Amino acid sequence: MKEFAALFTALDATNKTNAKVDILVEFFKNCLEEDKPWALYLLLGRTFKRQVSSTQVRLWAAEITDIPLWLFEESYHAVGDLSETIALLLPDVDSQNDKPLAWWISYLANFKKADEATKKELLLKAWSELNQSEKLVFNKLILGSFRIGVSHSLVTRAISIVSGVEASVIAHRLMGDWTPENLDFTELLNTETHSIQISQPYPFFLAYAVENPEDLGNPDEWQAEWKWDGIRAQVIFREGELFVWSRGEDLLTEKFPEFHILKEILPPGTVLDGEILPYINRPLTFNVLQTRIGRKNVTAKVLKESPVVLMCYDLLELNGEDVRSKPLEWRRTTLENLLKELNHPELLIPSPKVDFKTWDELAAVRTTSAQNFAEGVMIKRLNSTYQVGRKRGDWWKWKIDPYSVDAVLVYAQKGHGRRADLFTDYTFAVWKDDALVPFAKAYSGLTDKEIRQVDNFVKTNTLEKFGPVRTVKPELVFEIGFEGIQESSRHKSGVAVRFPRILRWRQDKTAEDADTLEIVKGLLQQHIAPQNS
Amino acid sequence: MKKNQLIEFTDRGLYCRQADVYIDPWQPVDRAIITHGHSDHARWGMKSYLAHHDSRHILKHRLGEDIKLQTLEYGEEITRNGVKISLHPAGHITGSAQVRLEYGGEIWVFTGDYKLEDDGLCTPFEPVKCHTFISECTFGLPIYKWKPQAEVFKDVNNWWRENRDAGKTCVIMGYALGKAQRILTNLDLSIGDVYAHGAVHAMNEVYRQSGIQLPTCKRITVTTDRNAIRGSMVIAPPSAFGTPWMRKFAPVSVAFASGWMAVRGAKKRKAVDKGVILSDHADWPELLKAVEATGAEKVFATHGYTSIFARFLNESGIEADEVRTDYGGDDDDGTAEPVETAMPEPTN
Repeated sequence: MKEFAALFTALDATNKTNAKVDILVEFFKNCLEEDKPWALYLLLGRTFKRQVSSTQVRLWAAEITDIPLWLFEESYHAVGDLSETIALLLPDVDSQNDKPLAWWISYLANFKKADEATKKELLLKAWSELNQSEKLVFNKLILGSFRIGVSHSLVTRAISIVSGVEASVIAHRLMGDWTPENLDFTELLNTETHSIQISQPYPFFLAYAVENPEDLGNPDEWQAEWKWDGIRAQVIFREGELFVWSRGEDLLTEKFPEFHILKEILPPGTVLDGEILPYINRPLTFNVLQTRIGRKNVTAKVLKESPVVLMCYDLLELNGEDVRSKPLEWRRTTLENLLKELNHPELLIPSPKVDFKTWDELAAVRTTSAQNFAEGVMIKRLNSTYQVGRKRGDWWKWKIDPYSVDAVLVYAQKGHGRRADLFTDYTFAVWKDDALVPFAKAYSGLTDKEIRQVDNFVKTNTLEKFGPVRTVKPELVFEIGFEGIQESSRHKSGVAVRFPRILRWRQDKTAEDADTLEIVKGLLQQHIAPQNS
Repeated sequence: MKKNQLIEFTDRGLYCRQADVYIDPWQPVDRAIITHGHSDHARWGMKSYLAHHDSRHILKHRLGEDIKLQTLEYGEEITRNGVKISLHPAGHITGSAQVRLEYGGEIWVFTGDYKLEDDGLCTPFEPVKCHTFISECTFGLPIYKWKPQAEVFKDVNNWWRENRDAGKTCVIMGYALGKAQRILTNLDLSIGDVYAHGAVHAMNEVYRQSGIQLPTCKRITVTTDRNAIRGSMVIAPPSAFGTPWMRKFAPVSVAFASGWMAVRGAKKRKAVDKGVILSDHADWPELLKAVEATGAEKVFATHGYTSIFARFLNESGIEADEVRTDYGGDDDDGTAEPVETAMPEPTN
């Protein structure tokens, strides 16, 4: 645990990529064999289930530190992280415990069936033995909130350096549903190619946003497609079994029973990359899909109301052969032929290509994205291979400009994590007659300097406090951008916006200049939001 | 505001009507008692100043040679219109003082900024018995608990040694007045040379004028050879961070010395390589200890987490109120605690 806590502290202390890789390499070189799979599991952002309720943990922490609960809460507001708050409040002790990470993981397992009293006893014992940084890590594990600031690609790079195996191979071996119990670390680091698990997806190739497509050179070398707003997914059919993986590495096979018939359709050894879209004659809004994802059981009603298709982008495996290194042009033609042969357009649709001869032409097409139910266009180099992770160069996304509205800051709340003691969570309002009606919350989009200025404004212009929320003098105006807008009966404003964010601070405008709710509602008509009819 | 209070809280600052004198006023007044030289407490424009002897050079340096300044020793008493006025060690920085006012058997003490730990550089804090205690509470939350100075600097020196061995220069950020000199006196000079930013260097000279011994510390100038600095420690004010001035030091490891570094989020926002938890303010246990040692019946909490501190004291059976002051306001000159003062809770 000492080493893992030190790893956490060290990674936390730097934001330099190379330093992080060095720290990881050093860690894995010296790491105990039994700890490696667990460390890897946690580094890749997989968490454990919360073993105690956060309410209980708060009560016990306040009790043994002998401070009133309100003061505990105030401390939490300043820190913004429950695990860290507790680690700071409890007395720091010299670490009494040299047990490995794996030992502590099995310690966590003791909580599973324990009653409240036993849980408390286990927790207090751990707190009394671990030093401050170890307590922080332990608390995060037990609360199911462990997160570490490294990307998959950094971890795979480090493992690649330790083992001498190519990073893309490591990335592939780490996809899918392995667990620390069944992960064979020697196999992971094996320089010989080994057979992949049949469920294992390929690492997704992701695109960066392009600012100016003219920089990409000759349009003849590129193909364009619509950028769909659904769930990016891989559909895998190997050895008679079907797997549907999301980009976030969630296994979604059971969420989409309509795909199960693909077992009878797809040739063995096929992997398709595409977008799962709700679709009745045309794509429906993402909202429709959301009603499905949240559900435990996909009922017949849901299937009827929000059926999905796979809008196919790419072919990654054909007849059991990894074809990612073939050029896109070849993969695309092969994909089209395959889909034609299979002839199941109600489930598998090739994502249509968008024709263009010049970048200006593509720019014009892009402005019709909304009418085509897309959020922009994708631009892909015709001879590109299918690469690993987010890479610059061959694939680009060119999204349409979001909607934007000038709105007034009315409520502020402190942020979390690195913004824990600054007011960074804002609610914005627009005018309805003489009143300001809140219509969107946004967290991001300001520079650190602006955040400090707004923070200072909030602190000196608070009208009322409601718990952590401050009502502030309606004075500051911001341009708020969002991706989509829908009518909503749950919101006071009558509209719900998707992915709201601050585009810029309109210091040139006063509150009176902000937009009206009428204008916002006007965007509803603009937004062609197909409803299932 | 009750008129019979020995110290009233006005929009110009803390005011003793009986003696017609302000303490650390933020508007120009005739007579000002100054607790210490940081710019949120010692402001320009007062007709006359009263402060501790050791603040003399600091105040003249910051406010001008021509200010009208009277100085006192700790414990030395003067009387104005029946009010006994004396200054007592606050342990914050050199020359920092608590102000004790006594009139008609009633004793009030204002702390200015203070800490309880002896930093080996300024006269350590002395508790003063009083009826009413006006205390700062910048770090008035139980999450703030400082480690002993020796432990903090052991860690700082280790960080320096490791970086020197890796061929890197260390830059440590701390306010030019107080924090920088505290850092300087606690560095292990067997590791290497220490350099100072111009603002720190100027303040070091002021300290030396005040008769304080400081280790040798060269000033960084345009002609300083970048290769000669390699492996050294550079002390700089926070305002230097991220400026072109820093370029000379690459490859570099940057630390920020502040009490706020206790919280990971605050450290991340600074985007430095290392957070050094080092403050010249009292931590939570010290605040409580200080209040207890005064035996005060009534406490006013000025700048910092005032509402929280006041509520906690009230619940512990000590009558307390929060007071709005301008101390700890945003300060752009980069030398008077810009970071520590930017974050406390507002007092409204």
